[in-house]
Amino acid sequence: MQKKRVLITGVSTFLGLRLAKRLENDDSIDHLVGVDLHEPPIPVDGMEFVRVDIRNPLIARVLEATKVDTLVHTNISSTPRRVGGRSQMKENNVIGTMQLLAAAQRAERIAKVITKSSTAVYGYGPREPSILAEDHAARQVDLTGYGKDCAEAEQYVRDFGRRRPDVDLTILRTQNVVGPTVRTSITQYLSLPVIPSALGFDPRLQFLHEEDAVDALYQAIASDDASGIFNIAADGIIYLSKAARLLGKVQIPILLPAAQATATLLRSLGRVDFPTDQLNLIVYGRVVSTDRAKQRLGFSPRFSSEDTLLDFKEHREGEPVPPSIDRPAWERELFEYLRGRQAAEKEKV
Amino acid sequence: MADAEIIRLDARPIGSARRRPRCRATTSTGRPCRNSALPGSEYCRVHDSQTAKLRHPAHDADRSVQTSASADAPEGLETFVRRRLRGDYEVDDFGYDPHLARQVLLPLARPLYENYFRVKTLGIDRVPSVGPALLVGNHSGSIAIDAVMVSYAVATEHPQQRAVRNVAADLVFTLPFVGALARKMGTAVAAEEDADELLKRGELVGVYPEGYKGVGKGWRERYKLQRFGRGGFIETALRSRVPIIPVAIVGAEEAYPMIADAKFLARAIGAPYFPITPTFPLLGPLGLIPFPSKWIIEFGEPVPMDDYPEDAADDAMLVFDLADRIRDTIQQMLYRNLARRRGVFF
Repeated sequence: MQKKRVLITGVSTFLGLRLAKRLENDDSIDHLVGVDLHEPPIPVDGMEFVRVDIRNPLIARVLEATKVDTLVHTNISSTPRRVGGRSQMKENNVIGTMQLLAAAQRAERIAKVITKSSTAVYGYGPREPSILAEDHAARQVDLTGYGKDCAEAEQYVRDFGRRRPDVDLTILRTQNVVGPTVRTSITQYLSLPVIPSALGFDPRLQFLHEEDAVDALYQAIASDDASGIFNIAADGIIYLSKAARLLGKVQIPILLPAAQATATLLRSLGRVDFPTDQLNLIVYGRVVSTDRAKQRLGFSPRFSSEDTLLDFKEHREGEPVPPSIDRPAWERELFEYLRGRQAAEKEKV
Repeated sequence: MADAEIIRLDARPIGSARRRPRCRATTSTGRPCRNSALPGSEYCRVHDSQTAKLRHPAHDADRSVQTSASADAPEGLETFVRRRLRGDYEVDDFGYDPHLARQVLLPLARPLYENYFRVKTLGIDRVPSVGPALLVGNHSGSIAIDAVMVSYAVATEHPQQRAVRNVAADLVFTLPFVGALARKMGTAVAAEEDADELLKRGELVGVYPEGYKGVGKGWRERYKLQRFGRGGFIETALRSRVPIIPVAIVGAEEAYPMIADAKFLARAIGAPYFPITPTFPLLGPLGLIPFPSKWIIEFGEPVPMDDYPEDAADDAMLVFDLADRIRDTIQQMLYRNLARRRGVFF
C-alpha cells in the first residue's frame, strides 16, 4: 500500500492534536503536516508544522509544497470563546472551510478530504425521529450557531465534490465529544457544581469518547471505502437525570422560559461557554444511528455513552470548575494525560 | 361480505375470560406475589422456574431490554429507590426505561385497568410471543388513555408480558413531563424512521392511525372510525414485512365523552382540539376523572404482510386498499364487542 502524506488543519485544537499524536509514528504515513495559527503545545515527532491561517490564500501554496494527498479538516470549532467570539467562530468555521477547499481544488495531488462536522447539523428538537440516520434531511431553517456553521461547511464540501469528482470525500458527524481531557461546552456543563436542567424535560444524551473520536478519524484516513457521510457516536444513551446521579450531582430544574436567561448568566460569569443555540440539546437531546460507520468504516466505539461519562468523572473527580477557559490549563492537562498514556503503553510492551 | 370478514371469536367462552388466578409465590420482600399465574401453572412467569430458565437465553439473543427479570420482578420501595439513585437501570436508544415502567408506571395503571374500567381482554394469544408485529387500534376518548390500557394488557396478560412500543404524535414530546414520561414508557415519535427501527429490533409497535381525528372526535361519532391517516402504517408493515394485529377498544369513548370542542381555546394554547366533557372544565381538575365505563379490548387475527412483492409499499392503491381492509376489520370488531357489552357501565 502506498504511504500517505497527510495534512491536518486545526492541529493545535484538541482533536487535531490527538490525531497528530496518533499518526506520529504510524508506518502507513509517509509525511505529516500540521497547520494552525498557534504552535501545538506538545511536540509531535516528525510533523512539519506550518503556521498559517486556512483563510489565507497562502494555504494553497502549503498544499502544493508539501505534496499532501490526504487533507483532514478538523478546524471547525464549537466553543466561541476560545476562538474569540461568535463572529470570529463563524469566520473560522465557514469561511475557513470555503477557502481551504478552494485551495484544495487546485492541488492536484489531493485524493481524499476528511471533514470533521457535527451531529448539530440535525438540529435539536422533539419533532425529529428518535434516532437520526445520515440521510435524514435536517430542517436547515431552524439551525443557528454551530449547527448552521457545520451545515454550511458541509455544503462547501459537497460543492467541492462536484468540482473534483476524483477526490474521496468523507464527512464525520461527531456527537458531543466527552472524555478525560477534552473541553467543550458540554463537559463544562457537566462540571458545574449543580446541573441546571429544564423542568419537566429529561433529554436523551449521547456522547462520543475522545479516544473513539480520534479512532474514527484514523479509520477514515486508513479506509479505502470511506467516502460519504458518517455519524460518529458512542453506543447507547443516557438520560440527563441519570448522568447527574452518576456524577453525584444535584439537578436544579428551571422553568423553560427562564432557561435562556440562566444560560446567558452562566456564560457571562464565565462558568460555561454554552452558546444559547445549543440550549435545546439539554432540553430535547439528540441521538444518532452509527450503523453506517460501523459497517463501512469498521468503527467500533470502545466506550458507551455511560462509560464515557464514567471515564470523564474518574479523571475530573474533585477538579474545581475552571474560572475561565484559558488555553494553557487544558493543554497542560492534555500533555500530562498523553504522557501517562505513553508510559502505560510502554509498560505493556 | 360482512360475514366473510368476521374473525373467529376467542376460543374461551366470554363469561370465563376473567383474570387468571394470582401467582402463589412470595416475593423477596415477603409479600404475596401479585402477578397472575401462567396458564397451566400455579406461579407467574417470574416465579415459575421453568419459564424463568427458558426465557433468558432467548432474550439475550435479541437486542431488546424489555423483559429482563430484574426489571419486572416487583421490588420493595427501598430497593427501588436505591437502584434509581445508584443509576442501576438500563434504557434503550429510544429512552424506554423498563425498570421505571414495570416498577412504577404499570402498577399505577393497575387499579384503573382492573378495578375501574374492569377491562376484559380477548384474543391476547394472537399477539406473537417473539418477533416484531404492528398493533393497530382505534383511538378515542379525548386523551390517549386507550393506548395505556392496551400496553398494560399486553404487559401483564400476555404470556411473555411484552412491552408495546407506541408511536405518538410529535406534539407529545414538546410537552414538559408528558413527553419525558412517554419516552420512559417506551413511546417513540410517529415517524417512519422510528417505526422501522423498532420493528427491526423485534419490538411490538402500537399505532393509532386515526391520530387526533380519533381522540378529538365528538360524542356523536363514537365508535365510528375516522380516516386511517395516510396509510403510513401499512407502508411500514409492508416494508418491514411484519404482521398487523387489529385491536378494537370499546369503552374509551365513554371514559371522556367529548360533547364539544372549544376550538378558540385550542387555538389559543396551540392544541389540536380542546375537549369539553360533561365534567370538564366545569368541575375543574375533578373533571379529569374519567367515567367508569366498562372496557373490552379485543386483539384480532394477525394479517400477514410478507406475501406481497418487495416494492409493495410503493404501490399507493394497494396501501389504501389494505388500510381500508384493516379499518373495516376493526370496525366490525367494535360493533361486535359493543353488542356484547350489556351497557356502558357493565
